[in-house]
Amino acid sequence: MSTTTDTPASDSKRKAPAGERVADWADGRLGIYSLAKANMRKIFPDHWSFMLGEVALYSFIIIILTGVYLTMFFHPSMNEVEYHGSYVPMQGVQMSEAYKSTLDISFDVRGGLLVRQIHHWAALIFLAAMLVHMMRVFFTGAFRKPREVNWVFGFLLLLLGMFTGLTGYSLPDDLLSGTGVRFMDGAILSMPIVGTYVSMFLFGGEFPGHDMVARFYSFHVLLLPGLMLGLLAAHLILVFYHKHTQFAGPGRTNKNVVGMPLLPVYMAKAGGFFFLVFGVIAAISALFTVNPIWNLGPYRPEEVSTNAQPDWYMGFPEGLVRAMPGWEVSVWGGHTLVLGVMIPVMILMPLVLAAIALYPFIEAWVTGDKREHHIADRPRNAPTRTGFGAAWISWYFVLLIGGGNDLWATHFHLSINAVTWFVRIGFFVVPVLVFVATRRICLGLQRRDREKVLHGRETGTIKRLPHGEFIEVHEPLDQEQLHTLTAHDQYEPVEIGPETDENGVERKVTRGQKLRSRLSKGYFGDSGQIPKPSAEEYKELTSGHGHH
Amino acid sequence: MKKLSARRRHPLAALVVLLFALAATGGLYTAFAPAGEAKADQESSQSLAIEEGKKLYATGCSSCHGTGGQGTSDGPSLVGVGAAAVDFQVGTGRMPAQQPGAQAPKKKRVYNDDEIKQLAAYVASLGAGPATPGKDQYDPSGADVAKGGELFRNNCAQCHNFTGEGGALTHGKFAPDLGDVSDKHIYEAMLTGPQNMPSFTDGALPPKAKKDIVAYLKTVNSDKSESPGGFKLGGFGPVSEGLFAWVFGLGALIAVAVWVAARTAKAKKS
Repeated sequence: MSTTTDTPASDSKRKAPAGERVADWADGRLGIYSLAKANMRKIFPDHWSFMLGEVALYSFIIIILTGVYLTMFFHPSMNEVEYHGSYVPMQGVQMSEAYKSTLDISFDVRGGLLVRQIHHWAALIFLAAMLVHMMRVFFTGAFRKPREVNWVFGFLLLLLGMFTGLTGYSLPDDLLSGTGVRFMDGAILSMPIVGTYVSMFLFGGEFPGHDMVARFYSFHVLLLPGLMLGLLAAHLILVFYHKHTQFAGPGRTNKNVVGMPLLPVYMAKAGGFFFLVFGVIAAISALFTVNPIWNLGPYRPEEVSTNAQPDWYMGFPEGLVRAMPGWEVSVWGGHTLVLGVMIPVMILMPLVLAAIALYPFIEAWVTGDKREHHIADRPRNAPTRTGFGAAWISWYFVLLIGGGNDLWATHFHLSINAVTWFVRIGFFVVPVLVFVATRRICLGLQRRDREKVLHGRETGTIKRLPHGEFIEVHEPLDQEQLHTLTAHDQYEPVEIGPETDENGVERKVTRGQKLRSRLSKGYFGDSGQIPKPSAEEYKELTSGHGHH
Repeated sequence: MKKLSARRRHPLAALVVLLFALAATGGLYTAFAPAGEAKADQESSQSLAIEEGKKLYATGCSSCHGTGGQGTSDGPSLVGVGAAAVDFQVGTGRMPAQQPGAQAPKKKRVYNDDEIKQLAAYVASLGAGPATPGKDQYDPSGADVAKGGELFRNNCAQCHNFTGEGGALTHGKFAPDLGDVSDKHIYEAMLTGPQNMPSFTDGALPPKAKKDIVAYLKTVNSDKSESPGGFKLGGFGPVSEGLFAWVFGLGALIAVAVWVAARTAKAKKS
C-alpha cells in the first residue's frame, strides 16, 4: 500500500519524495499499483444498514486480537491441580489446569479479565451482527444474482462462527461449559448407529476424558478461525467484485453505484468506525460481567446447575431440545433411538439453518429470473419474501424462548410447563401468523405508496371550498420521489401454459412446474402484490381534472 | 361547633362515634397493655408458650393443618417437623400462606418473634423434630468457603443456580434467590426442607458442612459479595448475557452506525 509522508525540505530536489520511492519499491516487487488503482477509488453507497456487516467484521478482528492475548496465558490441559491463586472462594479446590489458568487470566494476569470479557462480549456481538447483517441482505433482496454464492459464504461464516463460539465456551472447563459439552455429547450419542463411535472418537474415550480441552482448543484457535478467515477473505473479495447494492433513487441504476470512493472517504469512515466498535465493546466489557467462571466452579460430571444454557447463538437448539417431548423408542432388538434428542438436534436444527442457506435458490427458481440485481428492494415491495423472513425470525425467537424457558418462568411468574407448551405450539403457529401479518402490512404499505404517487402527499392543510366543502390539500410528489417509489420491478406470476400444445397433444406438466406456478402465484399474484402505478395512470389523474 | 351540632342527627353520626370509640379503646389498650410484663417462671414459661402457641395456631394455622396439627387435604401434617421448620416458614412470611398455589412465596411476616417462638413451641410439642438452631450453629465466621462452594454445587446448584440466584421448578414452583436470606433461615431450610426443597439432615449434610454452605453464600451472593467483572446482570448465565449483547451491545453499535452514516462527506448536491 502506498502512503505519502511529508518529505523534509532539505531533501535533494532531484530525488522523488520518500513516499513515492517507498511506493515505487513496493510496486516493483508486489505489483500493487494496478491493484490499488483499480480498487482505491472503488465506490461504495452510503446507508447505515450497509455498515452492519462492518460491525461483524470489526468484532471478528477484535476477537482475534484479544484471543491472541488469551492464548499466551491459557493452558489447554485437563491435568488436575489444586488452586492457590488470589480468588479466595476457590482456594484449595481441585480443578483442571484449563480452569485454573482461566482463573489466573481473570485475577492474576494484568488486564486479563478485561481482555477475556472483551473477547466474550465481542463474540456475542459478532454472532448477533452477522445475523442482523444477514437480515439486511435478506430483506433487501441483496442475495439475488450475482450474490447467491456470497450469501452461502456468509451463511457458512455464521455456521462456523456458532461452532467457534461453542468450542470457545467449552475451553475454560468450568461447570457451565462442561454441562454444555455434555449436552453436545448427548446430541452426538443420539445419532443412530454411529453416535457412540463418534462420541468415543471425539472425546478420546468415554466423556469427558482427558483430551477434550486440548482438542477443542485446536478447533477453536486454529481450524475454525482459519476456515473463517479464508471465507471472510473470499466474502470481501466478492463484495468488491460484485460491487455494493444500493437503494433505488434518481441517478441510481442497475449498472452504476452512486456513493463515495473507498479512499479517502470510506477508509476514514471505516477506520473510525472500527475504533467506535472497539470502544463500545471495550466499554461494555469494562462495565458488565460476562461468563463469570469464578462463580461456576470446575467441571465435574456429577454436578449440574440450573441456568445451564449455551451462549445465545446456540439457544435455538437448546430450545428445540427443551421443547421436544422426551420420546425414546427401542428398535431392532434393543437399540435405543432417543427421538427426544435426535429429532431436534439432528433433524430440526439443520432445518432451521438450511432454511437460511437455501432461500436464494428457492426464490430464484420461483421467479425464474436470470438477470443481475444491484438495486436493493424495499422490504415492502417483496411482501412474500419479507413475510418469510419475519416468520423465520419469529420461529427463531420462539426457540430462544424455549431455550430460556426457566428464566421466562421465574421472571414472569409463569409455570415452566406452560412456557414449554407455548413453545411447542408456537413452533408451528407463530411463524404462520407472523407470515400472514407481515405480508398484509407490506401490502398495506404498497397501497400507501401507490396512493402517494397518484394523489400526492397529505399536507394536513384543510381548505374550504366556496360551496362549503372541506378538503385536504394533497401536494404532488416531486420527480425524484416519484421515481424512488416506482422504481421497483414487479414480476408476473409464472404460467404453466395451456394443457395441450398447438397440435392438441396433451403437454406433460411435471409436478415441479405445477408447484412453481402455484408458488409464483402466491408471490406475485393478485394477493401477493399491489400493482404499482403506471405512467399512464399517473398522467390521467394529474392532467385534466386536476387533483385534489 | 355549630357545624358539629347541625350534623349530630346525620344518619352516619352513630358510625363516626363508634369509630372514635373503637380507636380510643384500641389506643388505650396498646398504651396500657401489660406487654412483656408477664415473665413467669422458667418452667412454666415453656408450657405457657405452648398454650399461647396453641391459641395462635388455632386461629392462624388450623384451617389448613388441622386442629391438632395432624394435617388436612389443604396442608401437610406438622407432627415432627420441629421448631426449626416453624421458625423458617413463619419467620420468612411464607406461612400463613396467602393463597393456595404451587408454592407459598416469601412475604412480609405476620407474626412477631415472640409469637413465632410460641407457635414453634406448640408445633415442637406435637412430636420430636429439629429445634431452632442457635447462633453458634449457623454463624459462618471461620467456615471453609471453598468447601462450601463445592458442597453447594453438588447439592444445591441444580435448583438454586451456581451462586444461589434461584431457578425454576416444574408447574410454577421455584427455587428462590438466596441473596437476602438470613444465615439462620438458610440453615433451617437445609435442616427442614421447606415446601419443595428436600431436607438435608445432619446425617446427610453434617452441621459443619451446612455452615460452610452458609459461608459460601455469604461470600458470593450477598450485598457484601464482590463482582470482579463489573455489573453482574443478575448472575443468570448466558441468557441474560445474550439479551444484553443484543439489546445494549448491538443496539449501541447500530446507533453508532446510524450516527456515522448520517455524518457523510459533502458529495451529494447540497
